[in-house]
Amino acid sequence: MTRTSPARIVLYVISALVLVYLILPVLIIAPISFSSARFLTFPPPSFSLRWYQQYFANPAWMQATKVTLTVALLTVLIATPCGVAAAYAISQSKLRIMRIIHMALLLPLVVPIIITAVGIFFVYAKVGLVATMPGLVLANVMLGLPYVVISVLAGLQSFDPAQEMVARSLGMNRLRSFFAVTLPQIKSSVVAGGIFAFISAMDETIVALFISGGQYQPLTKRMFTALRDEIDPTIAAISTLMTAASFMLVLLASTRQKRGG
Amino acid sequence: MLALVSPALLVILALIVLPVGWLAWQSIYHDGFTLENYRRVFTEDIYWRSFALTFEISLAVTLIALLLGYPVAYLANSLPKGWSILILSLVVLPFWTSVLVRAYAWLALLQRTGVINQFLRYLDVISEPLALVHNTFGTVVATVHILLPFMVLPLYATMQKIPGDLMQAGASLGASPSLTFMRVFLPLSLPGVLAGCTMVFVLCLGFYITPELLGGGRTVMVSMLVSRNVELYNQFGAASAVAVVLLLSVLAIFFVVSRFISLDRVLGQK
Repeated sequence: MTRTSPARIVLYVISALVLVYLILPVLIIAPISFSSARFLTFPPPSFSLRWYQQYFANPAWMQATKVTLTVALLTVLIATPCGVAAAYAISQSKLRIMRIIHMALLLPLVVPIIITAVGIFFVYAKVGLVATMPGLVLANVMLGLPYVVISVLAGLQSFDPAQEMVARSLGMNRLRSFFAVTLPQIKSSVVAGGIFAFISAMDETIVALFISGGQYQPLTKRMFTALRDEIDPTIAAISTLMTAASFMLVLLASTRQKRGG
Repeated sequence: MLALVSPALLVILALIVLPVGWLAWQSIYHDGFTLENYRRVFTEDIYWRSFALTFEISLAVTLIALLLGYPVAYLANSLPKGWSILILSLVVLPFWTSVLVRAYAWLALLQRTGVINQFLRYLDVISEPLALVHNTFGTVVATVHILLPFMVLPLYATMQKIPGDLMQAGASLGASPSLTFMRVFLPLSLPGVLAGCTMVFVLCLGFYITPELLGGGRTVMVSMLVSRNVELYNQFGAASAVAVVLLLSVLAIFFVVSRFISLDRVLGQK
């Protein structure tokens, strides 16, 4: 099948073009961010760090970065244990209601995010959580949960629950046997799930557009507003940093997942 | 065991079940029971046009993504492991780039003074910059870019499960490569096609950021109708009704598709 027929050559060419289409926009931002030009010119007239300086010197961007990192970190700290506990229960329990609960936990992936965003906005408006830090964190915990649950459930699939039974028969209680026997073996999927929840919180934009405000606006919200008004290369600098950060995290998550679990 | 799921379940109930339920309630109740919001959604021109446009764009995006994604998945499946890993990495690379960052990149590429226009003028192919963005064209180009991985991954997963022996059997019985492809490979890859198309179509129906930033205000998709009714016009009832109709469309599609293939197959890729 590997002989190079004309059809095969067409296949190579089409695939190469599609891959260029996929990769080019990801690669184009870094050169723009290092360009000295005020407007988007390509190739850049000369290299400079002025857009990075503008980003780091601007209190509004710095405040937004702080909000984003805080929200993402708190999201992981809350979503990971909740998601692990839920995934463990789903995989162990034979109750029929667990299937429904499992599906309910995946709802954030099914419901179009704009609907979730508007719904949360209405509920938050009633209870006074609009433009608050707890409101932002809670919403991101909800959106991050499916990633933890999916990742940990996948990890638990290759784990033999009999091992935990052995530990319990030797006198450990359920909680201790979980931490001593089960958790170390599914650690990789737990970490991967947590990383995905972090990235999801870092990138989340649409819910933040509706429910965040004042000093608690994440980067994405400010970027969105900036992009709607005028295109400033500072955003290229921020984008480059964000892309680098999420690539590093994904790399970390995937090496984790490969190491078993 | 129920105690262990309760924190996660509570978050889901409070932040997605309750809010969506609230929307549904708000769409039919305002100082008494009313269907006025739905009457407007189904009779007023702006709403109809927006729903029609959203379905048209989603259909176009799905078809383009299938046409672009199938060859890539096919090639990745037919090459030795190292190459297929490289191709798939290139496919998922943009996946992990923020949607906002990619919107910015497409603006930089497509706008009047953007990279593509400058390049074409440099080559003397055009004398006036082309209007590539702030219209439906720009929206479709950027949307396909974002959703393409959701097409390639299920296609590749399905193709991987097609035994290579079947193709050899076809060839040994005298069928040409194209005939074996049409009669053996293509039909066996259809579950992947269905899974990919469902995910792309459904995600596209609810797209917000890309049409908002690249559509230039003229390409009003349903999601923008929802946000404008909330932010600009304070029409909460109307926004809720639009949201409910959108959600019901999505659920209906998932329901129909689930009769043919397992939903895990569709959602597993996200």
